[in-house]
Amino acid sequence: MTTDLAPGPKVDPKIAATADFLDTRLGISKMFKGLGRKLFPDHWSFLLGEIALYSFIVLILSGTFLVFFFVPSMNEIHYPHDALPVTMQGQPMSEAFASTLNLSFHVRGGLFMRQLHHWSALIFVGAMVIHMLRILFTGAFRKPRELNYLIGFLMLITSLLAGLTGYSLPDDVLSGNGLRITDGVVRSIPIIGSYMSFMVFGGEFPGMDVIPRMYALHILFIPGLILALVAVHLFLVFWHKHTQYPGPGRTDKNVVGFPLFPIYVAKAGGFFFIVFGILGLMGATMSINNVWNYGPFDPALVGAGAQPDWYMLFLEGSLRLMPGWEVVIGGFTLSLNVLIPAVVIPGLLFTILGAYPFIHNLVTKDTGEHHVLDRPRNAPTRTAIIVAVLSAFFVLLGAGANDLIATHFSLSLNAITWAFRILFFVLPVVAFVVTKRVCFGLQRKDRELVLHGHETGRVVRFASGEYAEVHQPLDEFERWVLVGQDLPKPLEIEPAEDVNGVRRPGHTKELRRQNLSRFFYEERVEPVTPAELAAAHATGAHDALPASAGRDVHELEARSH
Amino acid sequence: MSIEQSDHSTELTEHPATFPNPGLPPHRPRLGDEDPKAAKRSERLVLLLFTVSVLASIAAIVGYFAIPVDPETGSVGNTRLSTLIIGLGLGLGMLGIGTAAIHWAKSLMNDHDKVEERHEIAGDAETRSTAIEMFNDGAKDTDIARRPLIKGALGGALALAPLPFLVPLIGNLGGDWDISRFKRTAWAPAANGDRIYLATDPTNRRIKASDVTIGSLFHVMPWNLPEHPNYLDEKAKAVVLLVRVDPQDLKETEERASWSYDGIVAYSKICTHVGCPVALYERETHHLLCPCHQSTFDVTDEAKVVFGPAGRALPQLPIDVDENGYLVAQRDFDEPVGPSFWERER
Repeated sequence: MTTDLAPGPKVDPKIAATADFLDTRLGISKMFKGLGRKLFPDHWSFLLGEIALYSFIVLILSGTFLVFFFVPSMNEIHYPHDALPVTMQGQPMSEAFASTLNLSFHVRGGLFMRQLHHWSALIFVGAMVIHMLRILFTGAFRKPRELNYLIGFLMLITSLLAGLTGYSLPDDVLSGNGLRITDGVVRSIPIIGSYMSFMVFGGEFPGMDVIPRMYALHILFIPGLILALVAVHLFLVFWHKHTQYPGPGRTDKNVVGFPLFPIYVAKAGGFFFIVFGILGLMGATMSINNVWNYGPFDPALVGAGAQPDWYMLFLEGSLRLMPGWEVVIGGFTLSLNVLIPAVVIPGLLFTILGAYPFIHNLVTKDTGEHHVLDRPRNAPTRTAIIVAVLSAFFVLLGAGANDLIATHFSLSLNAITWAFRILFFVLPVVAFVVTKRVCFGLQRKDRELVLHGHETGRVVRFASGEYAEVHQPLDEFERWVLVGQDLPKPLEIEPAEDVNGVRRPGHTKELRRQNLSRFFYEERVEPVTPAELAAAHATGAHDALPASAGRDVHELEARSH
Repeated sequence: MSIEQSDHSTELTEHPATFPNPGLPPHRPRLGDEDPKAAKRSERLVLLLFTVSVLASIAAIVGYFAIPVDPETGSVGNTRLSTLIIGLGLGLGMLGIGTAAIHWAKSLMNDHDKVEERHEIAGDAETRSTAIEMFNDGAKDTDIARRPLIKGALGGALALAPLPFLVPLIGNLGGDWDISRFKRTAWAPAANGDRIYLATDPTNRRIKASDVTIGSLFHVMPWNLPEHPNYLDEKAKAVVLLVRVDPQDLKETEERASWSYDGIVAYSKICTHVGCPVALYERETHHLLCPCHQSTFDVTDEAKVVFGPAGRALPQLPIDVDENGYLVAQRDFDEPVGPSFWERER
């Protein structure tokens, strides 16, 4: 029986009993009161994180399917003579590889699930990386969201581990060589490297242990970790309320958007099905990792033109670019040719990436809460830094495919490698300068638009014979997006000596900080002020015709006839 | 911007420093907001998309039952078709729901922007002082300030407590931890002094020196290695590439002059960079190329690195022939094979 707690609005009788059941046990009315109509702003780039989340759900679902048919064992068996594919019949292989073949060929929907799982993994990491770039480009990592950024960063790292461990499971020639490279990298670590290699493989490579171990990590430990991080990440998104892009009516003190129920239940819920659907179509139609073409792992075999999954390609590229430096110090070997590209460079990259919000705070001394995002052009130095790092990343991706570039374009492999070595250092500098200029150019374009309005394509002739194009001024809502930014100013510090000529303590430190702040903020294009706009309207005889009044134009036209 | 030129000086006097935020723009009605027919069309489209989803899901289930993939009746074609139908059915089934829900939300549900106030993340002064008070009360209850020894003891105990878990965990992971195994391969002569024959990989046939013609490349492993209990571990270290070149092309130091036989040289197949098999041989240039990271080694010059990230030459296996003309290893490699490691030179 439903208890009538209070007079007031009544819920639809069809769900009243359920609602009452849940409320009296879970207090669901309180939850709904807090969250049900919570507002979320709308923007396509907010979907990137959702793609990552939904791919992760698809990964868990398809992975559960695979777990039931995959055997994580390195015991050697001979593939049955009646099982497909024909090329593998009677071949010696591990049970892991045999079960991968079996689930691909003789489990209905098995191959689809494998392909769905692999594509979801690629899209999962891809969506995370692009989501992270969106966060960086728009400044969404700023106070109060630094810690949530860090959680997202940890998810990226754990996802890379998930990819690495999952890729190794089928025990085919490619994945085996991937593990072999991992072994080579681990061995290069000073002092503990050899022991770490033994720790990973339970002895020497390949041993009998690595696949069961990777399996345990891949299906239990790592997804559990990611799931926990996802929960905290999403909780904090709710807790902080979502950021919003600049727009009329939007401030750091409000959220403008649509309510969770029903708009986002339908939109975000629907988007889950769209992501699942597209991944499904990919799994159905795009074959991936056909392990029977590579064959079971044999430490003497390797495939030419083999590339790892895309998110490991930069490591592969960095290994390929490094010259063969190896030194022996006091009888101990230091493989700089492996240590630098596979440990030091990714270590640096990830440290800077993870610490960026804190570096930003340190440099800018920015203490305010930010909920309205930056348009990337309005933070030129930051945008340029991100593009510069990205360009180096792309060089490494290219280097990871240098053999394919060489064979497809009939170029010398050595020349390509040398070109990439040089590009790795030169391109980021060029990218930084160019991006910064492009940002300033776009900001000036915004000013131009505000001051002179949209081109209408209508050319009129004055009585004097002069021609001019009619411009359509922006309305106040469109204009706000272009003039609303509050650009940070470079740090002002006190002079080195006070009025009495005594040196102030801590001045050098402040000077350093000021230099950094100038690097970020000194060169700037200020948004148009109301005074400038008025002046432009008043003076710009042919630039800004008073086009708001079509009447004036008619007059002009009339006069010109 | 030349503001001075303006003769409308009155307009210039009182401008604010920045533009004011104009507030929410007026709502722009959608087609369906004004035209009931358009709304009806949207509704029909939503219904159609849900129907597509239903049909696709049914098709996937039919495909599951209709196409056998078991070893007796299955074929590669069946597997392919089954994958396609189940996948397309599932994919379209999901896409139908997703597109229908989003079209519904975008074209038919209320799309008036709403505004909600944010509150500062930090608690207000009152909340903060209450929290501090509560914390201080709690801390006082523990009496820890007056008994600092407890703090130290707690820290010490907590620091040590994970070790009984971690030490056995990590201690067991490395097996026997005998890293000196990196330095030995299956080419070492047997206990009774028998030398190890070179055999083809994977057919395990011994190789006569006379079989090795100039320019040919043999993939080699120790004879009868497949019977070894740790076959793959040993194979991962012991595989060798055997090449015969014109003895005049061979640049050999005096020390290694006896390591080859009539232009036949044997080098470790495991790359000294990170351990991929160096599988490609270019007969014209006598270069061995690792397909993983393109380290290139010169067979005629003691397999020294010509290009790429490898830091060292491929180790050479000293070979000989027995009385019947079969190739045999004189002894194990003089140095560890494969990627470098910290204790390599020790």
